Amino acid sequence: MQRFPSTILWMLVLMPTACSAQERHYAFVGARLIPISGDEIAEGVLVVRDGKITAVGATSDVSIPAGALRVEMNGKVIMPGLVDTHTHIGGFGGADSSAPIQPDVRIYDSLNVLSPGFRRAVAGGLTTLNIMPGSGHLLSGQTVYVKMRKGGKTIDDWFYLDADGHPMGGMKMANGTNSQRKKPFPGTRGKSAALVRERYIKAQEYRDKIKRADGDPEKMPARDLGLEALVEVLDGKRIVHHHTHRHDDIMTVIRLSKEFGFRVVLHHVSEGWKVADEIARAGVPCSVIVIDSPGGKLEAVNMSLKTGGILERAGVKVAFHTDDWITDSRLFLRTAALAVRAGMSRAGALNALTLAGAEMLDLSDKVGSLDVGKDADFIVLSGDPLSVYAKVLETWVEGVKVFDRTDATDYLHAVGGYGAGDDLTPYLCCIEQSEDN
Amino acid sequence: MSIRFNKRTSCEPSLRLKTSDVSTNEATPSTPLDYKEGLGQVLLRPNPPRSSLCKRARKQHDRFRRIGAWALVIAITTPLLAPSVATAQVAVRGKTVYTMAGDAIKDGVVVIRDGKIAAVGPASGVVIPDGFTVLSAEVVTPGLIDAHATVGLTGIFNQDHDQDQIEHSAPIQPELRAIDAYNAHEELIKWIRSYGVTTVHAAHAPGEIISGQTLIAKTRGNTIDDAVIVPTAAIAATLSPSATKKERGKSPGTRGKLIAMIRSELIKAQEYLAKREKPKSESTNDDAKDDKKPARNLRLEALGRVLKRELPLMVAANHVQDIANVLRVADEFHIRIWLDSAAESYLMLDEIKAAGIPVIVHPPMMRAFRELKNMSMETASRLIAAGIPVAMQSGFESYVPKTRVVLFEAAIAAANGLTFEQALGTITIEPAKLLGIADRVGSLEVGKDGDLALYDGDPFEYTSHCIGVIIEGEVVSNTPR
Repeated sequence: MQRFPSTILWMLVLMPTACSAQERHYAFVGARLIPISGDEIAEGVLVVRDGKITAVGATSDVSIPAGALRVEMNGKVIMPGLVDTHTHIGGFGGADSSAPIQPDVRIYDSLNVLSPGFRRAVAGGLTTLNIMPGSGHLLSGQTVYVKMRKGGKTIDDWFYLDADGHPMGGMKMANGTNSQRKKPFPGTRGKSAALVRERYIKAQEYRDKIKRADGDPEKMPARDLGLEALVEVLDGKRIVHHHTHRHDDIMTVIRLSKEFGFRVVLHHVSEGWKVADEIARAGVPCSVIVIDSPGGKLEAVNMSLKTGGILERAGVKVAFHTDDWITDSRLFLRTAALAVRAGMSRAGALNALTLAGAEMLDLSDKVGSLDVGKDADFIVLSGDPLSVYAKVLETWVEGVKVFDRTDATDYLHAVGGYGAGDDLTPYLCCIEQSEDN
Repeated sequence: MSIRFNKRTSCEPSLRLKTSDVSTNEATPSTPLDYKEGLGQVLLRPNPPRSSLCKRARKQHDRFRRIGAWALVIAITTPLLAPSVATAQVAVRGKTVYTMAGDAIKDGVVVIRDGKIAAVGPASGVVIPDGFTVLSAEVVTPGLIDAHATVGLTGIFNQDHDQDQIEHSAPIQPELRAIDAYNAHEELIKWIRSYGVTTVHAAHAPGEIISGQTLIAKTRGNTIDDAVIVPTAAIAATLSPSATKKERGKSPGTRGKLIAMIRSELIKAQEYLAKREKPKSESTNDDAKDDKKPARNLRLEALGRVLKRELPLMVAANHVQDIANVLRVADEFHIRIWLDSAAESYLMLDEIKAAGIPVIVHPPMMRAFRELKNMSMETASRLIAAGIPVAMQSGFESYVPKTRVVLFEAAIAAANGLTFEQALGTITIEPAKLLGIADRVGSLEVGKDGDLALYDGDPFEYTSHCIGVIIEGEVVSNTPR
């Protein structure tokens, strides 16, 4: 009895180092690979080391490095981890009801990484998320781009950091009916645009003051968190993620983005099919939502499952999003499949789940495709990604498995059951906000 | 609606619908041609000049091929006089025909005469009579049945004026009839129909203890009177926290109060029935006084029909204790129950089975929160494995999407434990049996209504299309979806 614990102690000391070196170096062999950036590979090898992809190719072309743990994947499909450009899981946050424009607010100050929503997300194959505040404001705050790393305890563990070490994210804006409410919110579309323009002009002036100060602390304007964030938008460091449904609202977003020169991604675009050529001409990318029926609110009455395909054919860059809780993260692949059903190309739809989304978050140098040098974020499927019968078997982030369908807890979150759900009322866009606040 | 065929045109199909029949929201906006083509609406233009017909038909055919749809339509045999669709004689050929009454038929044919199925069988054994319009598809199924929809009561706009799915003025109102609210022109009805749904059990949304009388309708018709097949199918009820009130002082505020209230009301109805139906006694003044029948009371009359087992009580309940409450009340009053939603029913399989209660299960893609937080995509399969009859529903959605589509929901069930035919059963023959309409719909058998759905592949696959929907011999939808 005396010696036994000490043996275990030694094992504990030695094993992690021995294993982690081994664990971080894998060769996944025999799966059909969908790299997104290139043609599908019927039988391929994916080599992963220290969280990065080190080789991808056909089994005949890629030699398996010595020291890599060989994992047989025959009959399975491997594709990049899915990128959700617009989700609301993790708790509610963002702007409160005090004002329609609140760029100082950061969504990441209100997220709970232990929320079951995140377990469902990895069960659906999602590895990168743009978590957003809601659409009940003209501007509801700063969004955050996160990656579902294993063992995250706080949201900080999941950040993507920019070159300066700051968490990456965008700015959430909305127009149309969701943000029209009682004072101090706007009551019309015209007023909505006027309020936004007014605030961006202030941000321009703030930026100019800073420029003129040229580093002189005496001449610097007082710090203003909201204007600071808007200057990041004006400088193109922070992309505007803009909720917009109706065709005329879409054109308003494009008009404002041209006036102030901010980078923008149009989200939802229920009536994008009506102005596809105009969107293409403006060179603005779209993140499309696919839902099971039109309606539910006036802006979505003309929703069409064909939007993705129509935008694609018009030459618009298209990504998808879950808008979870509007659609379920576990069914994100289904979004692409329904778009294909309604006329979008298969390649375009798979790109829209991955690389296009990464591009819309300025993350395509890191994720979105199976390419050497990118993060080893990928999913293993039991069949074709567009089939209802295909299951996400495993989800990997930076070379670490974060979801395994054979694990009981993971399985519970994948299919639901006792203990899998939320006590929270889902965030359904503007409904709760406008009525409860 | 009319479909005309003209032998003299050189190209084969010339299927035209009047614009007045064009009903989906996608078809209405006035938009450039390229958009219309993008949405496959070329078909639906009014009366094109003859010269353009062939081109148009070719274009239409190309369009179908482009999106991978198996060409709906068409060897047209003869008729010199264009038959109006209402009386059209139609036959459907399917590479696979799921009759839901026996094994699937390979290379099968269904013949519909005067709206009823006149023959079903392998192509080798069924003669298609001269003059019948013939449609073809990869897969043919019975028209789908949605065992609990709110569409018709719930409108696409989600504004006060088009939301009749629940009345909150009092907790118990069985006298409210769906038939007095159902909008046969509702866009959402056309939406679900375009995916193959031909019959709906239109019932109230959960949210009050007793919310009203449900109906069963076909997904067509100018008014509810054209559409309805069962004017009163059940009484809808909710025995769960979603029927409780948050406001202090309002009842029911708790589960205990809720059950006390429904029991009291059922007891009142028992007494009402006893008095209304008591035979007249010949005799003393005192007896005559007792004989005085109570005035008609719509509320108690409706509950009386439940007590007499003429109508089932369709009860929404999700938590395990709520399901237990339903079984207890059913036992006390000896009433028929359809259990609605039943998210945690997988914890009560033996009890539900022993009580002989069928389940109209929650859509597997429902959002897992509040009462439904413990729902599972496998609820349907666990119930069926236990031998409990299960029908699928689209349920109620308060926001976006405004309705679900049972075809899509059954697909998720098929991917989560059910066999293909079990899953198809939950949207065809099982709801037909459960709703008591299996003599008319739910399977492809001689004598039943000619309600069919046509697909260009596995109906449950995300990327397949519904390419045709027929109700009682009438082609009601033919835009690939």
